[in-house]
Amino acid sequence: MKVLVPVKRVIDYNVKVRVNADGSGVDLANVKMSMNPFDEIAVEEAIRLKEAGKADEVVVVSIGVEKAQETLRTALAMGADRAILVVAADDVHTDIEPLAVAKLLAKVVEEEQPGLVIAGKQAIDNDMNATGQMLSALLGWSQATFASEVDIEGDSAKVTREVDGGLQTISVKMPTILTVDLRLNEPRYASLPNIMKAKKKPLESKTAADYGVDVSPRLTVVETKEPESRSAGIIVGSVDELVEKLKEAGAV
Amino acid sequence: MSVLLLAEVTNGELALDATAKAVAAAKSLGDVTVLAAGASAAAAGEAAAKIDGVAKVLVAEDASLGHRLAEPTAALIAGLASDFSHVVAPATTDAKNILPRVAALLDVMVISDVTAVVDADTFERPIYAGNAIQVVKSSDAKKVITFRTSTFDAAGEGGSASVETIGAAENPGLSEWVEDKVAESDRPELTSAGIVVSGGRGVGSEEDFKIIEALADKLGAAVGASRAAVDSGYAPNDWQVGQTGKVVAPDLYIAAGISGAIQHLAGMKDSKIIVAINKDEEAPIFQVADFGLVADLFEAVPALTEKLG
Repeated sequence: MKVLVPVKRVIDYNVKVRVNADGSGVDLANVKMSMNPFDEIAVEEAIRLKEAGKADEVVVVSIGVEKAQETLRTALAMGADRAILVVAADDVHTDIEPLAVAKLLAKVVEEEQPGLVIAGKQAIDNDMNATGQMLSALLGWSQATFASEVDIEGDSAKVTREVDGGLQTISVKMPTILTVDLRLNEPRYASLPNIMKAKKKPLESKTAADYGVDVSPRLTVVETKEPESRSAGIIVGSVDELVEKLKEAGAV
Repeated sequence: MSVLLLAEVTNGELALDATAKAVAAAKSLGDVTVLAAGASAAAAGEAAAKIDGVAKVLVAEDASLGHRLAEPTAALIAGLASDFSHVVAPATTDAKNILPRVAALLDVMVISDVTAVVDADTFERPIYAGNAIQVVKSSDAKKVITFRTSTFDAAGEGGSASVETIGAAENPGLSEWVEDKVAESDRPELTSAGIVVSGGRGVGSEEDFKIIEALADKLGAAVGASRAAVDSGYAPNDWQVGQTGKVVAPDLYIAAGISGAIQHLAGMKDSKIIVAINKDEEAPIFQVADFGLVADLFEAVPALTEKLG
């Protein structure tokens, strides 16, 4: 079975995001970029399936700017076999919407015929939480989102999902689309020899036009602004003082 | 203009708070028709009909809709969508599973976690874990939206909408429910509780989380946890407060042993009063707290439990 894993290049999760004063967006100049953390978990899961003999090839795909190839090289260094870059934007500030990404991924799926797609549940930049579900709809496949445990047996997969009330386990028909949550696994670090090896792994470069997909946005960003800030209150000296303040504020 | 609103229905019961908050958010967009879908949904539909601002309720009962599986539920909604300008739901994990699928079936973008309605096409939503707010204008003919419930006040009761029964869509048969593992608890539900007491990595173990729970029980509060505490196995995943967990805005939020990572703050900073208890006076949580107490939580939390109530 071939496993396809879409990965996204985003601002590193440790970077404090700054909003441009003119409302045009967030500051991406000289900011460290990394693979979306949920996508790292997806790559890890695919590699583990291969190591367990349940998958024979792991293909990673990224849709975005030319520089997303760095993200693909990271996935290759972790252990993916080959990569596909779909250049869909020239400007790093252009975020390709989940619907357009899903349409491009549907074309890649058509070409590659994977038995499984594993995606992150959301990208930590636009926080949309949509691409996997949309791809699943476009392909008419089953979907298992927010996965924290996955067990593939033949033509179905048993997936435990993190939902509001606790955990839900469902069984989905293969081929399927999984979106992964934080607790599915802990992604490995790429070792130096593997980073060197990854440079020689195949990376195919395509464009959105090659697939005939219109990536123009449906949502226009009118403004990007700072969230309302909250100012620090007071430091109390003791539990007694805290109780007193809470009573004064009518909180208890 | 008219709105189709997917009610939050769990095992035949309406989650009133989440649904009523979504109704409040959707009211300005047009007449609200609520869809109650489930293996049994009639009682949930009757309850939804009483929410102020609901014009009509559709009840769809079918075994295939029993566990809110995405494929049959999305097929049902997509089939109904032609009569509506907006398809919306509270941003629960169920709706986040289903609505993007609906949007793709309709060839429109989904607009997730909306925190404010500017006009019928324009919405505010947080990005980067709440570190920025984006105002987006949709050019799609139909808008598919999830509302972040913590930023809207629930619509009241007093409505008397008509209830109509409809059929389910054909079940594509792609998935089956196996089991739910739901924590049994007498405590209030985390996202609608008036008070939340949360513990972080500083609590140190699952065993010691009992002191957090004791304070919560004294206050009639829900229990929350930081991602660090959940990842360390001190607390179950459904207690997680934060951008990737639940977003809460109670009247009182007490954070014990939580340093205040950005992603945690994104999940609780709209709380009315925030109390932080942490032994590290440099912890970022103090920058958003109304009342901070620099103290060992193992002493302060039990003392607080004793002195309150």
